[in-house]
Amino acid sequence: MNKQSNTYTIIYIIVLVVLVGTALAATSLALKGRQQENIDADKMKQILAAALITPADGETVAEFNRYITDQYVVNAQGERIEGVKAFDVNVANQSKLTADRRELPVFVCMVKENDPKYILPVYGAGLWGPIWGYVAFDADGSTIYGAYFAHQGETPGLGAEIEKPAFSDQFKGKHVIKDGRFRPIAVVKAGQQPLDGEDYVDGISGGTITSKGVGSMLDNCLVPYRKFLQSLGEK
Amino acid sequence: MAEKIKNTDVLFNPISKNNPVVVQVLGICSVLAVTAKLEPAIVMGISVIAVLAFANVIISLIRNTIPTNIRIIVQLVVVAGLVVIVDQVLKAYAYSASKQLSVFIGLIITNCILMGRLEAFAMGNKPWPAFLDGVGNGLGYAVILVIVGFFRELLGSGTLLGYQVIPQWCYDNGYVNNGLMILPPMALIVVACIIWVQRSINKDLQED
Repeated sequence: MNKQSNTYTIIYIIVLVVLVGTALAATSLALKGRQQENIDADKMKQILAAALITPADGETVAEFNRYITDQYVVNAQGERIEGVKAFDVNVANQSKLTADRRELPVFVCMVKENDPKYILPVYGAGLWGPIWGYVAFDADGSTIYGAYFAHQGETPGLGAEIEKPAFSDQFKGKHVIKDGRFRPIAVVKAGQQPLDGEDYVDGISGGTITSKGVGSMLDNCLVPYRKFLQSLGEK
Repeated sequence: MAEKIKNTDVLFNPISKNNPVVVQVLGICSVLAVTAKLEPAIVMGISVIAVLAFANVIISLIRNTIPTNIRIIVQLVVVAGLVVIVDQVLKAYAYSASKQLSVFIGLIITNCILMGRLEAFAMGNKPWPAFLDGVGNGLGYAVILVIVGFFRELLGSGTLLGYQVIPQWCYDNGYVNNGLMILPPMALIVVACIIWVQRSINKDLQED
């Protein structure tokens, strides 16, 4: 058989591609369940990180189920939306909608008995790609108990520092409701402060755009929760 | 092939005298990208060894059937398939490492070492030597990655594999981590230092 003929070449490449395609499809099907478990466990770990809980390896799912006693979805009026599971809400897509159309997930975390923390997801854009995080609030709906931020590909040593505790720990004890007004935390250059008396944290030197991204992410994603958080405070 | 090369040479030459990274200067891109920490460097090294060894064997097995005019495409399809499989396996069994390596596993496809070995060796040799060649070159690549990763993590973060190795009293006495080490330029400089050391030992590699 002539190996240089067009027919041989075309048949050869078709057979090869079909074989490789089958192998890939089989691999993907075989591993899908495990991969989804890993992705879910990673998300649980991030949610717990906002409430300052670090589960041991392999314990994430059990710890998540132990601490997260309730999860639900609210709308911008602070009313519950039935039929949607908070864990399954795609925050990335929700953050692009206008505030009144969003589904807003809330995770209730019992760090200690009768001391619920409310964990809210946030999602935004850094310099190179998406950034996201979780912010845990005390039962008064104003004081931040803890925060966790992550990023896809911010510059190591600069923007990527937002994932370090040195940055996220600054949020502890800040208030989003001050004098009856709702203002999510501002992220400003070290040494500066916002003019209107909003609570603020220091941004990262050399990571200006990522820091600003965190600020606008908090604005965009926490403001729709205003009524929900205020209703917590009134309880 | 004009002269027969011994199998042991096929395996061990690429680790030192014919190292793909420091002698042939291939695959530098991923060396810069994944060596800020030791762990991703090790995982990346193992991934490249696996992909390279299997790709070499597969290409070597089908080398006599491949139509010459599409041989590069055939090599690419095989490598791409293997890389996707490795990526999927890592996502299932080493999730945190695969998160750190992100796109770089996928970019193994474009690693020049792979195409170089497939074209230069697997196309003209039997499967067993091709397998050894793949493992040898993968090891040569992995060794450099691990050395670079070792120094960058040690000096840049003061840790190794995530464990603190530089004791606290050093920090108390004014020692600070070198932040430059975790940025890509230092990977290049560390590689250059390795090349310098290696050429000083192997005089026959020195150019005039």
